[in-house]
Amino acid sequence: MSFLILDRLSKSFGAVKVFDGLSLAVAKGETVAICSPSGSGKTLLLRLIAGIYEPDAGEILIDGKAVTGLAPDARGIGMAFQNFALYPHLTAFENIASPLRARGVAEAELTRRVGRVAEILKIGHVLRHLPRELSNGQKQRTALARAIVADARLLLLDDPLRNVDAKLRYEMRHELPRVLREFEATVLYVTQDFREAMALGRRIGVLHGGGFVQVDRPQRIYADPETVEVARLFGDPTINLYDSELAGGAVSLLGLTLGLPGAADGGRRPCRVGVRPEHVELDAGGEAAPDGGAGGLPVTIEAVTPLNQNAVLLLQAAGGGEILASTTLQRAEALARGPRRAIARVRPEHLLLFDRDSGARIRTG
Amino acid sequence: MQRSSWPWRIFKALCLTAISLFFLFPILWVLLMSFQTNADILRVPPSPFFTPTLANYKALIAGELTGAGSTLQIAYMKNILNSFVLSACSVLLSLLLGVPAAYAFARYRFRLGENIAFTLLSFRFAPPLLVLLPLLLYFQELGLYDTYIGLIWVYQLITLPLILWIVRGYFEDVSPDIEHAYRIDGHSWLRSFLKIAVPLARPGIAAAALLAFIFAWNNFVFALILGSSDVQPVTVGALAFITASGIQYGQIAAGLVLSVIPTFVLALVMQRYLVEGLSLGAVKG
Repeated sequence: MSFLILDRLSKSFGAVKVFDGLSLAVAKGETVAICSPSGSGKTLLLRLIAGIYEPDAGEILIDGKAVTGLAPDARGIGMAFQNFALYPHLTAFENIASPLRARGVAEAELTRRVGRVAEILKIGHVLRHLPRELSNGQKQRTALARAIVADARLLLLDDPLRNVDAKLRYEMRHELPRVLREFEATVLYVTQDFREAMALGRRIGVLHGGGFVQVDRPQRIYADPETVEVARLFGDPTINLYDSELAGGAVSLLGLTLGLPGAADGGRRPCRVGVRPEHVELDAGGEAAPDGGAGGLPVTIEAVTPLNQNAVLLLQAAGGGEILASTTLQRAEALARGPRRAIARVRPEHLLLFDRDSGARIRTG
Repeated sequence: MQRSSWPWRIFKALCLTAISLFFLFPILWVLLMSFQTNADILRVPPSPFFTPTLANYKALIAGELTGAGSTLQIAYMKNILNSFVLSACSVLLSLLLGVPAAYAFARYRFRLGENIAFTLLSFRFAPPLLVLLPLLLYFQELGLYDTYIGLIWVYQLITLPLILWIVRGYFEDVSPDIEHAYRIDGHSWLRSFLKIAVPLARPGIAAAALLAFIFAWNNFVFALILGSSDVQPVTVGALAFITASGIQYGQIAAGLVLSVIPTFVLALVMQRYLVEGLSLGAVKG
């Protein structure tokens, strides 16, 4: 039995239809990360669940009970806002204690629970401070503490790491799952950052065009995207995409024809071909075999961008098309040292095909 | 910040002194006059040196003006008390009505909302004389003539729009998310209004209340027409200083000083709230 069920939600603002029949089911104790570009309604979705807005149609069920129409204070939810939304005239302690005060928790118990959460989130030493005296990181932790302190059955975290610096974001990305596990919360976590979504979510939901286009485990979202948008959203460097045609069980990209194993020998179909940068294999040389040899594409190396352990290479094919490739730092340096020419190869099983009009995945074999 | 050069700083100091003198000198002069006899004030050429006297204040507090050969009974202290009762009650009533209304106008869009808000504002730019005559007839009919309640009611024309429009702006500046967060914490709507919205708008409420108090205090024409000396404030009461036997400048000055004191004290007390920058750092901007 799912703990949170969103059943065919619709919501419009004037003529703008933000959600159209959106559905999702979240199991108890599960963390689902909602990831999509800005403007797709992630924040609005959390606000519908929290009761700040009401859906035009559809039903929201928490623990089997319909909550649509209930006031926010009657839904028993914890929420952390992207802009923190701390109470500026109350100390950090009172900010965190607010949900407990609303539930009439006795003073001793309240102090104990606030202290415990503050300790877990490492803000015990600033509890007497007002929000304006806190650093951004401390504000964010205070907002988070307020959301989880009352053991809310459902936690809505609205991009809580958006407004903190990169170092802290990285730290919190590793720390948050531990904190969330400790409180055994069912969590909806909204973010724009696909890495954050992959680090935090047991499943990831991708919002696009008024509903979820894919809800799946992080690895599956990455390796097996349902639409071209999902493929583009997840991955850094981003996926290479080329307009092509599926004909005779093969596609051609940048002048290279690749047969797809198991593809039906149907008619011609316009498509887009996606290749992940790490699936572009590079061989040194290029002069030896100007045609690239069998299944290879001669390219020139235009730029190398080091990135921790890996490097991103910008390649240019003879026909003018550009390819992003990702490989180890040493290998990239070795390739760039020579005449900056290489042979690029892609294995057919690594190709991702999408319909050119709808963007939906074309599955072969 | 860049350190400014000496000539510039001297120039600034000179300008500030000139401006201060221009605005503060009349007040200082009135203060000095209030301790002088009429003879000292009317001396030509005027002199800043005189023997201070408390006679003017004594006369006002005793309620007996001694002019050139005659004695006049006035209730100046009663006028001050009236001023205080009228202004304070008007402001309190306006706060009670205006702050929730301002919140509604700031947070909710409703039918005719903007029209209602604008109508309330328009009370401020309609000349009072326009409504006074009909009001006088109503008031006599309803038994509100010459009562505190009647005047406090009319004073709402002055204080309510002021409070409504100033406080509305402050409510609009408070991020609605702060209130949403409080509601999600499990607090009722009323608590979130009283514990979050009102405290956060407090500097605005203080400023509006102070301004409304001053406007109410300085009002003249409503009380002149709609009340008798029993309920009339200082602004009307001061008319009594102009008598057939001459103008008692010293007593007028003393009356002015006395009438400024309550507003002055109030402004000093409110200053703390006025400069309170509460919402700083509340929400990541």
